[in-house]
Formats: sequence, C-alpha cells, structure tokens
Amino acid sequence: MSATAARAVAREPGLLAVTRASLAKDLRMEWRSKDAINSMLFFSLLVVVIFSFAFEPTAEESRRIAGGLIWVAFLFATVVALNQTWARELRNQVLDAYRTSPAPPAALFISKAVGNFLFVCVLEAVMTPLFIIFYNLRSIGPVYELVIVALLATWALVVNGTFFGALSIRTRNREIMLPLILFPISIPALIAMVDATTQIFTGESSPRFWMQLLAVYDLVFTLVSLSLFESVLNAE
Amino acid sequence: MKPTYVIASLVTFALLSYGLYQGLVVAPTEATMGDVQRIFYYHLPSAWVAFTLFFLNFVGSLLFLVVKKDAADKFAAGVFAVLGVIGLGISIFGRSYTEFASSIGGTLLMCAIAYLVIRHFFHSQPQADAFAASTAEVGVVFCTVVLLTGPLWARPVWGIWWTWDARLTSTLVLWLIYVSYLILRKFATGGQTPTLAAALSIFGFADVPIVYLSIRYFRTQHPQPVINGGEGSGIDSHMWAAVLWNLLAFTVFAIMLVTTRYKLAQAERRIEEAFATRDLEDDSHLISRSTR
Repeated sequence: MSATAARAVAREPGLLAVTRASLAKDLRMEWRSKDAINSMLFFSLLVVVIFSFAFEPTAEESRRIAGGLIWVAFLFATVVALNQTWARELRNQVLDAYRTSPAPPAALFISKAVGNFLFVCVLEAVMTPLFIIFYNLRSIGPVYELVIVALLATWALVVNGTFFGALSIRTRNREIMLPLILFPISIPALIAMVDATTQIFTGESSPRFWMQLLAVYDLVFTLVSLSLFESVLNAE
Repeated sequence: MKPTYVIASLVTFALLSYGLYQGLVVAPTEATMGDVQRIFYYHLPSAWVAFTLFFLNFVGSLLFLVVKKDAADKFAAGVFAVLGVIGLGISIFGRSYTEFASSIGGTLLMCAIAYLVIRHFFHSQPQADAFAASTAEVGVVFCTVVLLTGPLWARPVWGIWWTWDARLTSTLVLWLIYVSYLILRKFATGGQTPTLAAALSIFGFADVPIVYLSIRYFRTQHPQPVINGGEGSGIDSHMWAAVLWNLLAFTVFAIMLVTTRYKLAQAERRIEEAFATRDLEDDSHLISRSTR
C-alpha cells in the first residue's frame, strides 16, 4: 500500500462531510416517501379542526388563544415526525453500523436535528395560513417577530426531541416514551413560545424576553445534546 | 441487618418523633392562620430534602458519565476542586460587598464538596448509577409530600387549593421532570438504562434555571391571586426550634431511605450478576448437577 493510500484510509471522515451525506440521505428518503411530512400535516390539520369545534372563538378571543393552539398542534405534530427519525435507522442495524464506523457521532445528531427542523418548518409554513383563515387571525404586532419566534421555538422542540428520540428508541414502549420525557423538559420553551406568540398577536407587550429565553434554551440544549450524544449512541 | 443500621433507624425514629412533638406541641399556634400553619414544619423540610436529593441525583449522573474514562473523571474532579476554591474565595472576600456574592460563593463551595465527597464514596459506574437511582426515587417521594402538604395549607389560608404561582409551578415542573426520569428508568431495556437515565438527568438539571426564570417572568406579568406574604417574614423563636428539629430529622430520614434504597439496588445487581454467571457456565456443569 502506498503512503498516500494509507493516509487516505487512516483519515477519519470529516464532521461536515458526514453531516451533509446523512442529511442528504434523510431528505431524499423523505422526498420519496413523504411519510413524516404527510402524517404531520394531516395530524395538525385534525388538531386545528377539532380545536375550532371545541372553542368557536371570536376574532378578539382567537388572538388570545391562538398562540397556545398553534404551538400545541405543532408540538404534537413534531412528536409524530420525531418518532419516525430513529425508527428508520433501527431497521437493518444502521445505528450499530454507524457506531462501528469512524464517523463522528455529532454528525449523525446534527443531520437528524437539522432534518427534523426542516420538516417542522415546512409544516409550519403550510399550516400557519390555514390557522389564519380558520381562526380569523390578524396580528397586531410585527410579523417578522413571529418568524424569529417560530425559528427559535422550532429548534428548541427539535433539538431536544431528536435527542430524546434517540433515548426513547431504546425503551420498551418507544412511541409513548418520547412525549413523556420531552414534554416536562420542554415546559419553559413552551411557555416562552406560546407567550411570545400571544404577545405579538395582541401587541400588548414586547416578546423580547421570551426570544432571549428561547435563544438561551436553544444554545444550552444544543451544547448538552452534542456533548452527551456520543455516550447515548454507544450505550449498551 | 447490621447493628449500625438498626441503631441508625432507631435514631431516625426518635428524631422524627421529637420533631413531630416540637411541631405539634411545643411550637406556639400561629396568630392568623391557626393550627393549620403547623404543616409548615413538614412542608419545608420535605422541600429541602427533595431539592437536595435532585441535586445529588445530578451529581451521581454526572459522575456516572465521567467515571468511565479516567481523563474525564480527573478533569471533572479538577473543575469542581477549582470551583470550590473560587467559591470559598468569593464567600470570604465577597461578604463585605454583597449578601448575594457570598451566597453564590457558598453554593459553589457546597456543590464542589458534594461532588468530591460523592466521587470518593461512589467511584464506579454501578455505584454512581445506584446512587442516582436512589436519590431520584426518594426525591420524588419527598417532592410529592411537598406538593400534597402545600394545597392542604393553602386551602384554609389562601382560600384555594392551588395557584399557578412561581414557586408552586416550578416545584410541579421539577416533579414532572423527575417522574419522567423514573419512567425512563423503568422502561429502558438492559444495560443501557443507566446511560440513558444519566443523560436525561443532565438535561433536567440544565432545565431547572430556565424553568425558574421563565415561570417567574410568566407569573409576574399576570395578576396574582390572593397571596399574603408567606412564612418568610419573621417567625417566633419557638417556631424556629420546630423548623430546625424537623429539618434535622427529615435530613437523617432521607439519608436512611437513600442508604436503604442504595443497598437494595446493590443487592439487585448482585442477583442479576449471579444469574448472568450461571447462564454463562457451560451446560455440562448443569447436566452433571441435575443427574446427580
């Protein structure tokens, strides 16, 4: 074996390269099957319809409750998508193969989290117009703030959800386990996203504190997830 | 049972009885709330024990994750030692500036001491995991006591069973997090349980300050229901005696419970290991024994 070939074999695959490859694979699979996005969309559509039967709000009331309704619908829909991300890798022992490969574990986590983030963003982009129509919503506060809150909040749900998905996939009651461990930890993020959205809709006060809190939450749990993912992936 | 265990149980029983006597008989009746205030002597010690145990659960989980690799273990111990020294420095020199600085320093010092002491006694993965499991279980029990005694007191005094006040809500969220931790422990399969549980515990601990911040802000934004002051604003010296005796009694009680639960976990592990070794032994041995 020549020296260059030996070096090429010894070199570990880079973080970015593996992340990109894994993410591209997930997106391609989703593009072909549309499993996650379809079940998420239909699920949150059902939630929207059922909520509107349950509450029948006026325009003024709906501004007050819409923040809560939207995020509860997105939260449940996110869980639907998150349950599928790791289940896919269990078939054919992909996770075991990944563990034995020299690829960095963080790359797998980042690609899964970013993939879920994109799916949930697509869901939100499709569902938000529906919410606006069904609940006669008109935001009093600036709309660009809603976009910032949505991005921060989606990452908050997805980063913990992806990590806890990797935990719950190893338990006996996989699908039930994820919300049971995800929801309690996510309570502060949920308060922040719901209250920030309500503040923007009603225009009563500034959502700045909640945006900062979401940003801190995102940062803290991204770091915690990245530092613990290797232990969880290799746990046996 | 070892004699020390029996003696420790008897001491705990005596302390709890004396604490009850102090709380129900010796402590004077509160002027406005009446006898119902006496539940405070159980409420506060339970809260202290629950929160301490949750913190110790975090320490045990962290220890579990780092103890496997010698470098990580030494690094974590070094970090905590440095934090302890910094905490000691702040609490000595910061006292003259603000009360806040010295309390931060004291907390840092306590954390460092707690970590290093626990590292000394539970310096292996199975030990650290059994410690984390025991503290979480007993902590959830005491936190449940807090959440039950609170409404019992609140109903006659505030006129309502529950209010979404900052402290109540934070305690409830903490309880939810640790119940989910216990559920994960119950349903995780095989040898990976400790790692998954330890990871969740780290998440829970990182969440606590964020929970506290968010709920405080959330609640101060909205109108509060009828809340009159609370107990903090000065209590009678006889009441202090009752509080302190019960704090001591509950702390000793919690240590007893955790020790017992820890021993149980160790025994469970020994049984599992015995089964595993038996299964590993070759069939010929089993056959020879059965034919004998």
